[in-house]
Amino acid sequence: MGIISSSIARKVAMALSGLFLVLFLGQHFTINLTSTFSPETFNEFSHFMGTNFLVQAILQPVLIFGVIFHFVMGFILEIRNRSARQISYVSYKGSANSSWVSRNMIYSGIVILAFLGLHFYDFWFPEIAYKYIEGNPADATRYYGELVEKFHSPVRTGLYVLSFIFLALHLYHGFASSFQSVGFNNKYATALKKFAKVYAIVIPAGFIFIALFHHFNH
Amino acid sequence: MKLTLKIWRQENAKAKGAMKTYQIDGIEGDMSFLEMLDVLNEELINKGEVPVEFDHDCREGICGSCSLQINGEPHGPDRLVTTCQLHMRKFNDGDTIVIEPFRATAFPVVTDLIVDRTAFDRIQHAGGYISVNTSGNTIDANSIPVNKHDADDSFNAATCIGCGACVAACKNASAMLFTSAKVSQYALLPQGQVEAVERVENMVRQMDLEGFGNCTNTGACEIECPKGISLENIARMNREYLSATSKG
Repeated sequence: MGIISSSIARKVAMALSGLFLVLFLGQHFTINLTSTFSPETFNEFSHFMGTNFLVQAILQPVLIFGVIFHFVMGFILEIRNRSARQISYVSYKGSANSSWVSRNMIYSGIVILAFLGLHFYDFWFPEIAYKYIEGNPADATRYYGELVEKFHSPVRTGLYVLSFIFLALHLYHGFASSFQSVGFNNKYATALKKFAKVYAIVIPAGFIFIALFHHFNH
Repeated sequence: MKLTLKIWRQENAKAKGAMKTYQIDGIEGDMSFLEMLDVLNEELINKGEVPVEFDHDCREGICGSCSLQINGEPHGPDRLVTTCQLHMRKFNDGDTIVIEPFRATAFPVVTDLIVDRTAFDRIQHAGGYISVNTSGNTIDANSIPVNKHDADDSFNAATCIGCGACVAACKNASAMLFTSAKVSQYALLPQGQVEAVERVENMVRQMDLEGFGNCTNTGACEIECPKGISLENIARMNREYLSATSKG
């Protein structure tokens, strides 16, 4: 715990857990995108992810740990940072020197956390109950139908779209700045940061497309 | 130029401060911001009131003494200048100017607009030095070849005047830009390698002990720094720190 007790270690830990979640997001998006053109492919991928031992027993717990670590550390940092300025300015012009998204990562993060609650309620908890509590037999064709059914509701679709907008805001600062946090600042850094900004818009926009596609096509 | 000034007044470190409003007239555009405050203080003294206390020394942008949060920005709205180099022509007749001390738990207010920035001194003492034999047989620094790019980066980092604008601008009151500049100026030179591991570990430890916040890469420090200290220094310090901790 020695290294995690320093400000730089916390910063690096936030960056690495964030990068891990960004990688997961790309994989999640790739599988979900198949649902818009091939229900069979989507079912195959989902069945593999839902039944493969390596994914279920190792990757899934690591992912859950990564999510919990990232938001718990985010809250710890926010509390520490607030205590570093106990008396606020009467006039503070943050817009003069920094972007809104960079100053409000905690709020975009809270929206994403709330969305994760909804997303787990919609998909993960029913999936765990189906497989491990009710002990139902494996059914490789059920996933597409379950996905489509969820996006009938305009309220749920709207909440997902709104959450993906906040995800884009969070990633727009977080992904690019994670390279700075781990000390990566050389001739390739500019190109990498540009890629991160594009990724931050394209992936959430893609998720929005998938949600709207299923809402309006079924 | 006629101005309304809203200034933080606080009798001493323990007193409860408050904003106080003053009207001032006859300010010329060619005056510096500190000269404008000098005019105000003359008026206050003539009226038998306590003048506004603020830090200043060289008044040419190199000592790092002057501070002030002016209309929500450290050293005011201009870029790459300290408060003493800020001219009143940057403001308009009839403007209201809000003047506050730099705010950070690690920079407690001493009185009015003066804050205690000795936390920076303690960070420097923790590792901002190199060991050189100065007993008469000192080797000329120029006899050690240094890559031009590294020499320039080191010099640029060394131009940090330790004013604290980075802390004042940062929403987290982080001192990473200051500390990273002091780490970088030696990390880039062969003379700085002897204490490289201890330097970054000790300076970061002291920075944390002083109660500064964590860097979240907003970049506000770089924009507001009167000397243009780059965020590259923070990335370099992060690398130095990770390398030092991996060496144990």
